[in-house]
Amino acid sequence: MLFEVTLSGVTLGGMYALVAMGLTLQYGVARIMNLSYGELLIAAAFAALWFYSGLAINPLIGLVVVPPIAFALSYAIYRILVQPLVSRAKTRDALEVDSILATFGLLFVIQGVMLALFGGAYFSYSFLAVPLKIAGATVAANRLLALLLAVAIGLGLYLGLTRTRIGTAVRAVAVDPVAAQLVAIDVRTASALAFALGGALVAAAGVLVSMFLTFNANLGVVFTLKALVVVIMGGVGNLLGALIAGLILGLVENYVAVFVDPGLTLAATYAIFLLVLLVRPQGILGRSSR
Amino acid sequence: MSALLEVTNLSRRFGGLLAVDALGFSVAAGEIVGLLGPNGSGKTTVLNLLSGVLRPDSGTVAFRGHAIAGKPAHRIARLGMARTFQLVRPLASLSCRDNVLTGLAFGRRNAWGTAARTDADALLDRVGLGRAREALPGELTYIDQKRLELARALALDPELLLLDEWLAGLNPTELEEGIGLIRGLSGQGITILLVEHVMDAIRSLCHRCLVMNTGRLIASGLPTEVLADAEVIRAYLGDETDA
Amino acid sequence: MSGREMLGIALAAVAVAVLACVPLMLGDYGLSLAINIVSYTVLATAWSLFSGPTRYVSLATVAFFGIGAYTTAVFVESLAWPLVLLIATAVSIVVAAIVGLSTLRLSGVYFVIFSFGLAELVRQLVTWFEVNKTRTLGRYVFADITAAQIYWQLLALAVLVFAIGFWIGRSRLGLALRAIGDDETVARHSGIDATRAKVALFVLSTVFMTLTGAIMAPRWTYIDPAIAFNPVISFTVLIMALLGGVHRLYGPVLGVVPLALLFEYLLARFPNHFSIMVGLVFIVIVYLIPRGIAGLVEGAVRKPA
Repeated sequence: MLFEVTLSGVTLGGMYALVAMGLTLQYGVARIMNLSYGELLIAAAFAALWFYSGLAINPLIGLVVVPPIAFALSYAIYRILVQPLVSRAKTRDALEVDSILATFGLLFVIQGVMLALFGGAYFSYSFLAVPLKIAGATVAANRLLALLLAVAIGLGLYLGLTRTRIGTAVRAVAVDPVAAQLVAIDVRTASALAFALGGALVAAAGVLVSMFLTFNANLGVVFTLKALVVVIMGGVGNLLGALIAGLILGLVENYVAVFVDPGLTLAATYAIFLLVLLVRPQGILGRSSR
Repeated sequence: MSALLEVTNLSRRFGGLLAVDALGFSVAAGEIVGLLGPNGSGKTTVLNLLSGVLRPDSGTVAFRGHAIAGKPAHRIARLGMARTFQLVRPLASLSCRDNVLTGLAFGRRNAWGTAARTDADALLDRVGLGRAREALPGELTYIDQKRLELARALALDPELLLLDEWLAGLNPTELEEGIGLIRGLSGQGITILLVEHVMDAIRSLCHRCLVMNTGRLIASGLPTEVLADAEVIRAYLGDETDA
Repeated sequence: MSGREMLGIALAAVAVAVLACVPLMLGDYGLSLAINIVSYTVLATAWSLFSGPTRYVSLATVAFFGIGAYTTAVFVESLAWPLVLLIATAVSIVVAAIVGLSTLRLSGVYFVIFSFGLAELVRQLVTWFEVNKTRTLGRYVFADITAAQIYWQLLALAVLVFAIGFWIGRSRLGLALRAIGDDETVARHSGIDATRAKVALFVLSTVFMTLTGAIMAPRWTYIDPAIAFNPVISFTVLIMALLGGVHRLYGPVLGVVPLALLFEYLLARFPNHFSIMVGLVFIVIVYLIPRGIAGLVEGAVRKPA
C-alpha cells in the first residue's frame, strides 16, 4: 500500500517538476511571472483529448505535435504582449507587477475560450489504462509511461541547458541579464526563447497529464499555483530544485489524499508553502542574495 | 569610558566570498572614526551589517549597550543609529520636507503635526536646503540630494551617524562646506563613523582610522600613522592616485 | 483643515444624502444595479487602500468576500445581525494577519502567489468542511433584510472606507506607506516598521471586503462555495481599481461605475463569452491606461499649466 501510494506520488511529483521547470524558465530567465501558465497545460490536455477521441491519434503523437505549437504560441505571446511591458518598465519590480497583471488578463481570455468550447465539465479518455505489477504494487501503465516521458524530457532539458551554447546563454541571462549583455548575449532573444521553451514544456506536461488525470477548463489556475509553489520551494531558476520540490509536493499530496482526506490536498500544498516561506524563503537550493 | 559601539568577531559570507571576516573594533562616544580600505574590502558591508540591512553570520554588535546584531533596521534606527547610502536613495514621491518627516515621525523624536513640520524645516535649513522644502528629490542636484539624505538621517536624532562616502563627488567648495557640516555635527555630540576615499577629509576630520582589506582589519590608529603604514600602502597600491 | 477640504467634505455629504435616496427613486432593476456599484466601490477602494501605496497586487479579494458571505450564511438565522458582522470581521482579521505576517516581510511576489491561491484554498477548505461535517454543499440564506436595507448598509460601508482612506492619507501610517512604496530599505532605516505597517493596512482592507461579502450574502438566498468564492470577483475588483487609478482615494470609483455598467451589458449580451470579454478589457487597460482614469484626468489638468 505505502509503496503503491509512493509510486503514484512520484508520478504526480514528476509532472509537477516538469511543469515547474517550464515556469522557472519563464520566471527565472525571462523574468516574467506568467499567471496564465497553467491554462496552456489545460489547453494542451484538451488538444490531446481532441486528437485521441476526435481524430483517433495516439497521445504520444500529440506529444510530438502539441509542444512545438505551444512553443510558437508562447514565442508570439512574448514578442507581442510581453516585450512592450519589458520596454516600458523602469524597474524589475514594475515589470513584475505589469507582467502579473497582463498575464492575469490572459488567464481569463484563454480560460474563457476553453469554457466556450468545452464547457465546465470534467473530461478524460482511456489510453493504456492497464494495470502493471511492479514489485508487488499495482500502477496504471499510462501513469508509468507519463513518468518515464517526463523524466526523459526533464533530462533532455537539463542537458540542453548545460551542454549547449544556447543553453549556456539562457542560463547566463538567468544569473545576470546586464552582465550577459556585456558578453554579447542577445538578452531579448534568449528571454523570448526561454519563455517559449517554458510554454512547450508545460504543453508537454499537459499532454502527459491528460493520459491519466481527469481535467476541466477551470483547472489551469490550480496547476499554475502548484507550479509557483514548486518554483519558490526549489529556488527560482533552479532546475534541480524544481525537481526535488516537485517530488516532495507530489508525494505529500498523495499521502494526504490517501491517508488523510482527498479534500485537503491543497491545504497540504499551502502548509508546505507556508513552511518554506517561514524557514527558507530563498528555496531549498536557492542562494541568499546580497 | 565604555564604547558607544562595540563590534566583536563580526563575519558575513556571500556564497564563497568572505566579505567581512572576524572583524572587531569599537567607537567611543564623540569620536569621528574613518573606515578606509580599497574598493571591495567590505566597508559598505560593515555598514549594512551595523544598520540592519544584512544579518551577520556570526559575531556581536553592541550599540549603547544593546545587542543589535541581526535586529531589524527600524529597531536599530530607533535606538539612535542613522545612516546615509553610498548611492543616494531619496524617497522619490515625497517632498523634501516629507522625506525628513519620516525620520522625525518614526525615530526617537516621535514627532508629528505642526511641531514636526517646524523641526523638518529647521533640519533642511541646517543642511542648506531651506529653499527647497516643497521640492521633490528628483528636482534637486546630486549634491542637494546628498544634503537631503543627511537631513533625513539627522531627523532620527542619532547618537551615531554612519556616512557612506557622503563627501564623494563634491567639488572643492562643497567639500569644504561638507567637512564643516560634519565637524559641526560632531561638535553637537554626534558620534560619526565614515566610510571615505577623500583623503583630505579623512586627515582633517578623523580622530582615528580603521583600515580594511579583503574583509579584515589590517590597521588602526591616527590618520597620519595609518596612512603611512606599510601594509595599508600595499593594500591601496594602484589606488594611490585617489589619495 | 483648509477651505478646499471643507468644501470637499460638504460636497461629499450632499452626494451621500442624494445617494441615500436612490432606493426611493429606482425600481428593482435599478436598485440591484446600484447595489452592485456600491459593493464594488467598497471592494475596489479597499483593494487600492492596500495595493495602491504598497504596490502589492492582491488577488485574494474574493477569499475575504466569501468568508464574509459564509459567515452570514452560517449565523444569520441564529444571531443578531451586528453580531454576525462582528464575527465576520474577527475571522477576516485572523486570516489576514496570518497571511500578512507570513508573506509581507518577503518580496512582493510571494504575497501575490499566496493571495492568488488563497481563495482556492479557502474554497476547498469550506467545501471539505461542508461535505464532511454538515454533509450539505449549499446553504440557504434566509434573512429578513430588504434590498434597500442592503443598499444603505453598503453605502454606510462606502462612506466609512472613504473616511478611513482620507484619514490614513493624512496620518503617520500614510506617510509610512508612501515611504515604503518608494524604497522599503530607506523606510526601514527611518525607523518605520514596514512589516507592521503593511500587515495593518492589509488587515484593514480585508475587513471591508469581508463586510461587503457578509452584507451581500442575503441577496443570493442560496450560496455554495463556487458562488461565494467565485474568482471573477477578485478579478473584477482588480480591473476596476486599475482602470480608475490606485494612486488616489477617489480613483477606483471612477473605474467601478463604467465597468459595472459595461459588465452588466456584456453579461446580458454574451453570457457564454463573458470571461473572454472581461479578459480583453483588462488587457486593454493594462497596456493603454496604466495609470488609470485618475492618472489621465491629472495629466490633462496638469498639461495646460
